[in-house]
Amino acid sequence: MAQSPATENSGLMAQAVKEALVAAAISFGLFVLYVGIETYQDINNALVWRTRWGLLAIFVVIAAVSRFVVVGFIKPHLDKRKRDKAKAGIPEVSDGKTFFQRNFLKLALVGLLIYPPLSVMLAGTQGSLKYVDNFGIQILIYVMLAWGLNIVVGLAGLLDLGYVAFYAVGAYSYALLSQQFGLSFWVLLPLSGILAAFWGIILGFPVLRLRGDYLAIVTLAFGEIIRLVLINWTDVTRGTFGISGIPKASFFGIWSFDVGADNNFTKAWGLSMSSAYYKIFLFYLILALCMLTAYVTIKLRRMPIGRAWEALREDEIACRSLGINTVTTKLTAFAIGAMIGGFAGAFFATRQGFVSPESFVFLESAVILAIVVLGGMGSLTGIAIAAIVMVGGTEVLREMEFLKHVFGPDFTPELYRMLLFGLAMVVVMVFKPRGFVGSREPTAFLKERKAVSGSFTKEGHG
Amino acid sequence: MTLGTNVMKNETILKVEHLSMRFGGLMAIDDFSFDAKRGDITALIGPNGAGKTTVFNCITGFYKPTMGMITLTQRDGDQYLLERLRDFEITKVAKVSRTFQNIRLFSGLTVLENLLVAQHNALMKASGYTVLGLLGLPAYTKASAAAIDKAKYWLDKANLTERADDPAGDLPYGAQRRLEIARAMCTGPELLCLDEPAAGLNPRESAALNTLLHSIRDDGASILLIEHDMSVVMEISDHVVVLEYGQKISDGTPDHVKNDPKVIAAYLGVEDDEVEQIEEQLDEGRI
Amino acid sequence: MEYFVQQLINGLTLGSIYGLIAIGYTMVYGIIGMINFAHGDIFMLGAFAALIVFLILTSFFAGIPVALALLVMLIIAMLMTSLWNWTIERVAYRPLRGSFRLAPLITAIGMSIVLSNFIQVTQGPRNKPIPSLVTDVYHFGNITISLKQIIIIAVTAVLLTIFWYVVNKTPLGRAQRATEQDRKMAALLGVDVDRTISITFIMGAALAAVAGTMYLMYYGVATFNDGFIPGVKAFTAAVLGGIGSLPGAVLGGLLIGLIESLWSAYFTIAYKDVATFALLAFVLIFKPTGILGRPEVEKV
Ligand SMILES: Nc1ncnc2c1ncn2[C@@H]1O[C@H](COP(=O)(O)OP(=O)(O)O)[C@@H](O)[C@H]1O
Ligand SMILES: [Mg+2]
Repeated sequence: MAQSPATENSGLMAQAVKEALVAAAISFGLFVLYVGIETYQDINNALVWRTRWGLLAIFVVIAAVSRFVVVGFIKPHLDKRKRDKAKAGIPEVSDGKTFFQRNFLKLALVGLLIYPPLSVMLAGTQGSLKYVDNFGIQILIYVMLAWGLNIVVGLAGLLDLGYVAFYAVGAYSYALLSQQFGLSFWVLLPLSGILAAFWGIILGFPVLRLRGDYLAIVTLAFGEIIRLVLINWTDVTRGTFGISGIPKASFFGIWSFDVGADNNFTKAWGLSMSSAYYKIFLFYLILALCMLTAYVTIKLRRMPIGRAWEALREDEIACRSLGINTVTTKLTAFAIGAMIGGFAGAFFATRQGFVSPESFVFLESAVILAIVVLGGMGSLTGIAIAAIVMVGGTEVLREMEFLKHVFGPDFTPELYRMLLFGLAMVVVMVFKPRGFVGSREPTAFLKERKAVSGSFTKEGHG
Repeated sequence: MTLGTNVMKNETILKVEHLSMRFGGLMAIDDFSFDAKRGDITALIGPNGAGKTTVFNCITGFYKPTMGMITLTQRDGDQYLLERLRDFEITKVAKVSRTFQNIRLFSGLTVLENLLVAQHNALMKASGYTVLGLLGLPAYTKASAAAIDKAKYWLDKANLTERADDPAGDLPYGAQRRLEIARAMCTGPELLCLDEPAAGLNPRESAALNTLLHSIRDDGASILLIEHDMSVVMEISDHVVVLEYGQKISDGTPDHVKNDPKVIAAYLGVEDDEVEQIEEQLDEGRI
Repeated sequence: MEYFVQQLINGLTLGSIYGLIAIGYTMVYGIIGMINFAHGDIFMLGAFAALIVFLILTSFFAGIPVALALLVMLIIAMLMTSLWNWTIERVAYRPLRGSFRLAPLITAIGMSIVLSNFIQVTQGPRNKPIPSLVTDVYHFGNITISLKQIIIIAVTAVLLTIFWYVVNKTPLGRAQRATEQDRKMAALLGVDVDRTISITFIMGAALAAVAGTMYLMYYGVATFNDGFIPGVKAFTAAVLGGIGSLPGAVLGGLLIGLIESLWSAYFTIAYKDVATFALLAFVLIFKPTGILGRPEVEKV
């Protein structure tokens, strides 16, 4: 610290410039072929190329400038803050919780309950479709799936890369059984969950003694097998064409949402014909399913089976030494996770009215797993936040029509959806490896409930 | 002492016969037999690599012995052949529990939760295998209150009540050792196997451990103990078995064992002058 | 019989490509215990680099000898993927080394999504066909072997020999093995662990580029999502052979190539991937650490 601030600063700037130049050189190397050159097919369908030096220059400049800003300004700022904090010696404790923090969950639930009427009020009956369906239902499906997978990965510590298989089992169970036997949604919803759980047990039983990454690859393989069977078993599943015309769910059998039906909901209530009412009904339905999932998870965590899951994640050998049958414990986690996936699948099928193997690719499993880990394994709140940020955030991109005015009419923001999703996964993990909510709530306490810091919890090895 | 407990004391709780364990070309345990009596603290000692932990792993089902028979006799006379049970059944059915040489706690769970996990099987039954518990039946509520009471009892014995709501991984080393023992006791064992419980403890922690072990024995559980620290062994054990290169070289009371020249040669045989030193001390009656 | 031998050759060709990719998975797994999910997409980047270089070469030097063109494609593709994998390791994996085990897995999956979408955005979503580079075929009775297949099998064999030599006989290989066994101890003994890990990523990427170039030459087409299926297959190969084991990766790759081509030949082509994945599950159930993997000792 002998240096005067001025020389220290100029040294810093020199370093920032140097690193910016390095970043420019590296990014030039990275992008020169893929961005600097464009390949396309000409009129004769032959592949040809042309240069895009301008775009390449933009990439390089962005890389250099960001590096300069990070090294020159952001990093010193962060270092300084860390130093100041260390000097002050006071750990960050937020004991004085605000009203908002204390009642966060209740407020969130109230917000969700009034969300559909609010969208109708603000955007009109037709206009609300987008908010209720594309945002509300879409996000809640992922919340439910991620909460389901959380039981397997977050609580029991079993790395499952094929979770989407159970989602598919649920969806196809509903699609096929409703068409073949004309059974109603309310019969098939539990049945789909049970079938998915059954598959969870069938697939889980032989592989649960595998550990860690071996389990991961086998679950991935099972996920792919189920998808490939759906594609190729055309007699039953109609292959890649998928199954369409899946019946809608009824309002508990009282009113139907089919346009032609006598007991049509909108007719019965004298409302104008609009699919918005069905979507609003679906919104409350998936919200209820999510609440059920949350309730079951919270309840189970405080039961011996839930504690055994978490213990399994912490140390499997110690579990066995305490007389816990680890195989059945793992299987129950697998089966319950699968069942929740099955429920979500049945809901998905009735919402879309159409299912095809397209919807159950590995990427879906990856997205669900990413939401669980980004949220903070085991934390329902964190996972819900991650689902909102990641799914909602990418949905927002679809809506960004104004970008067309900035980048020209050819610009389709949707193309960048998954690119940004992937980048967000990387960035969040690098800065918050434990996810948004890293701590865990104990399930029992003697004197006071103290959150357990993420640095103590383990992530499981099986 | 009443006649009743005397009879109990002379009863064999664990009988190990002709136990052998081979790892590839290495005969880690070679035709090893010993008995442990109910109500005793039996110590298994021997130099590093003698095969003590392997014996424990065979008893508690983590390794399947190559040969031999391990019989456990419960208080009510039920007998179990441990080598035929799966590892978790040995704790659940045969009521043998253990700790590990390298502490294995659930570090992300609180101290209290660690003790509740140990009561898994009892709670599982009380909760009707989760189904009835989900419905909130009073039977489960009562059982979980009882489980907390049991946890409190062992927290108190292990002197950990103050830290009950802290993560297990946050405890100092000695407290972690005691917690692991308390956790093993929460499974309700008849035989408790402890793998080097005093290793790495400072004298004060060591003393706290001794108190805990005595109160466990007074509580009615028998203890099988691996220990390195001779002073601990001599002070608390009723019966000592000495193992070297997988074979038993001595078996008897602490007094008998510590005067056994084979033990002195083997156990301390690394440096001759050290043996002499020990023999001197023996003569002076200091050990 | 001839049909069988024919399928065997086809299977070996495909298996060589899988084996080359699988080495990248297995080496990275061996050294930092991480599933590098983006590795399949590195392979795809390699194929695209070769494709772009091919287009440039043929438009500037119309009559360039095929062997020279292939060599240039190979070298530039290797440079490209090496730079990419080096950068990715620095930016997305290194900051997470030693932290939470799932964090690098998630960044790797994220990186995989980024890479395939990056190519989709910059090069378009359509198939990219190129004219056949190598067209010679040789007939032995009813068996047909194309020069392409010979090149692929020969290149794989040569590279594996070099590779085996590097890993087993050079100081670099020793550093890698030391880092693999105990990173802290290796660092204490003067191994530059960061550099060793970087080089491992570069080596894996270079092999993936070779695989990518061969893949492009063999099939004559590349798309942005070509990384996924071969990537998963190669990863499966690595696990099947015993992850962490180099010969295991090659063995697993060849096995999967053979199963695919034989299954397609004798059963329905539709279920060839199901057969591959089912084999994986089957092998792991009976030998949980793969064919050549060392059995995991559960030290208690
Ligand atoms: N799982 C195993 N695989 C191979 N060798 C083992 C295994 N477990 C223990 N051993 C060997 O058995 C011998 C006895 O070890 P151990 O029982 O741990 O000794 P102690 O606890 O008396 O120090 C040692 O040589 C050890 O290397
Ligand atoms: Mg030992």
